[in-house]
Amino acid sequence: MIGLPHYLVVAAILFTIGVFGIFVNRKNIIVILMSIELILLAVNINLVAFSAFLHDVAGQIFAMFVLTVAAAEAAVGLAILVTFFRNRGDIAVDDASMMKG
Amino acid sequence: MPLQAIAFYLLAFVTLASGLLVVSAKNPVHSVLFLITAFFSAAGLFVLLGAEFLAMLLVVVYVGAVAVLFLFVVMMLDVDFAELRQGFTQYLPYGGAVGVVIAVEMVMVIAAVASNGAAAKHALPNASPGGASNTEALGRVLYTDYVFFFQLAGLVLLVAMIGAIVLTLRHKPGVKRQDIGKQVARTPKTGMQLVQIKPGEGISE
Repeated sequence: MIGLPHYLVVAAILFTIGVFGIFVNRKNIIVILMSIELILLAVNINLVAFSAFLHDVAGQIFAMFVLTVAAAEAAVGLAILVTFFRNRGDIAVDDASMMKG
Repeated sequence: MPLQAIAFYLLAFVTLASGLLVVSAKNPVHSVLFLITAFFSAAGLFVLLGAEFLAMLLVVVYVGAVAVLFLFVVMMLDVDFAELRQGFTQYLPYGGAVGVVIAVEMVMVIAAVASNGAAAKHALPNASPGGASNTEALGRVLYTDYVFFFQLAGLVLLVAMIGAIVLTLRHKPGVKRQDIGKQVARTPKTGMQLVQIKPGEGISE
């Protein structure tokens, strides 16, 4: 019998994998952005699981808004990345401090 | 019921395994492909919960748009990815330790709380209460109670679109473009020049 805790554990582990990915790929901003997508996916799994087990649709609406913000964030993040690459020729985030005003 | 359990464990395992491969793959293109697998199996988990609309949305938006955008950018940028992985083994123990601590804490909280909260009343998931289909149930709430937030989400997407275009647009110098204002403002006086040429000399610009 698959209950709410099963889904919550999957989401928790996926969230942890996302955080772990940000830690170990400190220089590679593309993988950092993908880790953020994994974290948001974990949050979505949590929201949908609670929505289904509470018999309340609101959680799925919130998951939809999280999806919207994630898509917008990926688009803007990758646009910044492309501009950064054009100006510098590489994407090492160590010296991204050149971006400040 | 056993079939459902098998499907859950399979989808959960594939989601977590491909999530781990996203962050540990050597080649970022492989990372993106594993990200697509993770989204697909997460969509399968949503279907198991009964949230078909969000599952399809996940496939369309994430796999169809976001992952392909990542793939575009990874292939467009000519970067030495081996160099970017330098700190991987150095940060591995710290990242692993922090990750294990976070995971254990969250699982303990889930084990202690989730089984006796408000969700404990219902043993079976029902993502579309009221008997309607999942899409209908979502639409009835989204366009009534949450219509302001729905408009706001559209605004967020518009701002993101304009921001991405402004960030990446650049005008190359030396490309000839039509300038209507300039064309309309042109008069015979500015467009034509009368030159007196002495015989046998020609003109030089």
